[in-house]
Amino acid sequence: MPSRPGARPRRPGMWAIRGPLSSRQYWLFAALGLLAPLGLWWVVSSGATVDKVFLPGPVDVFNRLIKWYAEDDLLSDMGISIYRVTTGFLVSAVIALPLGLLIGTFRPVQAVLEPLTDFIRYMPAVAFIPLVMLWVGIEESSKIAIIFIGTFFQMVLMMAEDVRRVPLAQIEAAQTMGATRGESVKLVIFQSAKPALLDTLRVTMGWAWTYLVVAELVAANSGLGYSILKAQRFLQTDKIFVGILLIGLIGLVMDQLFRLAHRKAFPWLHLRS
Amino acid sequence: MSPKISIQQVGKVFGEGSHRVEALKDVSLDIADNEFVTFVGASGCGKSTLLRIIGGLEYHTAGEVLANGQPVMGPGADRAMVFQHYSLYPWLRVMENIKFSRRLRHGRENLTSAEVEAASGRADALLSLMGLNAATHAWPNELSGGMQQRVAIARALMGRPEILLMDEPFGALDAQTREVMHDLILHVHRLEKPTLAFVTHDVEEAIYLADRVVLMAPRPGRIDTIYQVPLPAEREQDMKHTPEFLRLKKEILARIRETSGMETDQNMLDQLNMQEAI
Ligand SMILES: Nc1ncnc2c1ncn2[C@@H]1O[C@H](COP(=O)(O)OP(=O)(O)OP(=O)(O)O)[C@@H](O)[C@H]1O
Ligand SMILES: [Mg+2]
Repeated sequence: MPSRPGARPRRPGMWAIRGPLSSRQYWLFAALGLLAPLGLWWVVSSGATVDKVFLPGPVDVFNRLIKWYAEDDLLSDMGISIYRVTTGFLVSAVIALPLGLLIGTFRPVQAVLEPLTDFIRYMPAVAFIPLVMLWVGIEESSKIAIIFIGTFFQMVLMMAEDVRRVPLAQIEAAQTMGATRGESVKLVIFQSAKPALLDTLRVTMGWAWTYLVVAELVAANSGLGYSILKAQRFLQTDKIFVGILLIGLIGLVMDQLFRLAHRKAFPWLHLRS
Repeated sequence: MSPKISIQQVGKVFGEGSHRVEALKDVSLDIADNEFVTFVGASGCGKSTLLRIIGGLEYHTAGEVLANGQPVMGPGADRAMVFQHYSLYPWLRVMENIKFSRRLRHGRENLTSAEVEAASGRADALLSLMGLNAATHAWPNELSGGMQQRVAIARALMGRPEILLMDEPFGALDAQTREVMHDLILHVHRLEKPTLAFVTHDVEEAIYLADRVVLMAPRPGRIDTIYQVPLPAEREQDMKHTPEFLRLKKEILARIRETSGMETDQNMLDQLNMQEAI
């Protein structure tokens, strides 16, 4: 169909494929996405027929939060959980990073470690708990060990993949400028893979939280996961809700911190936002 | 005078058994100091492989390659390479990309402070030469494709390589940008006096830039014909319309078609058509 003279294409709307969204619109939609389930929850739970033990309402949960904070030392539960996650995660990251770099760079290292890691990765981390308790005991280190087992092997493989994705032309360009093997690894491969590596850290951080709860459910007497388990024994459903929501919230905050770090550390990847 | 690059009966076989590909067979060529040689030929005839062997990025399985009279044993700063794309470092700004070789040990060793000074001056000079002054502090992914290739060329020139290897460096650029780049690279060639080996799909580009055009043929990859370009050393865009230029272009294009195994392709097309008819 011929267009009328003077007709000009309009700015694509937000429903165009991969269309634009202003930041105001973005936050509006994000708020909608967060508040709608909250509203739904509130409506359902305030229906007369629903038992509070079965589904406590937002208000009950909020009250429980205040009570936990004031009387049951919520902060120390949060503190110990965050400490475990962070330690387990950091230990994983510190070992996984050089290994991933080596696996992704040198084929013999890949041949030795990757099939092995792949194999271990498919063993359920949860099933290691009895062994961990046997070997490591029930001290702090056992929770950290479980988080480590849950995240480390995935992390190594993902990091190796990040390193392998570095374009060969970048490496070869350095070689034809006289770079030694060490310089190519340090000044090109690592630098080039950094943004992807940070993303891998962000994703695996989420898994570390999953394994924290697993570890605390079976082998702890403090922390958010442990509190959730204990609350179940006393049918404090509202406390279970608080625990789950808090873990979600902490995870969200950490995720956002990783994203912020990504924007600050790698500005060339965020030019259009 | 001994040649700058000497390729002697070079062969290259990839893979083994049923995966065996004879990418190059018995390739011999001497390239003189400061000569500009372009390589054309059907896809898969081994142009990139040959260039990468000179650059030391690929090893040959027969024959010998000498650069500066020395056997090529691996990549080195005397043979810089410019790739078609993805070779700039997106985490470094334009100026840091160009100065990348300064971060390498061989570039820092045994330097007097005067030489370090001179190197800074050289980076600035290359930036101007490439018309990149306005982009000094830009990130590579803020630049157009043509600008990115200018940065890649400047970066390759930074360490004063005696040999510059380019594999379809303008392959991803539009025709206008390409013409600008052609005159730029000729200017660089006059000014810096590197020996240039340049692979391209574009026959016009190959003739316009080169002292000699090397036509390669596939299966197995080999040198078919070498054409001396009958144009004055100083090139101008208008020369592309002269009878000599057009005649040579036609001749090379015809020869590429002859050597590319087009007949087989035509057979396959016929077969396809027949299958469709059934
Ligand atoms: N790493 C490799 N492993 C196996 N075979 C290869 C490899 N690199 C190239 N080849 C084969 O060698 C032959 C020559 O390849 P090459 O890339 O040198 O051709 P080319 O002339 O540069 O082609 P194009 O014009 O398409 O870039 C092709 O048959 C290709 O399939
Ligand atoms: Mg090629």
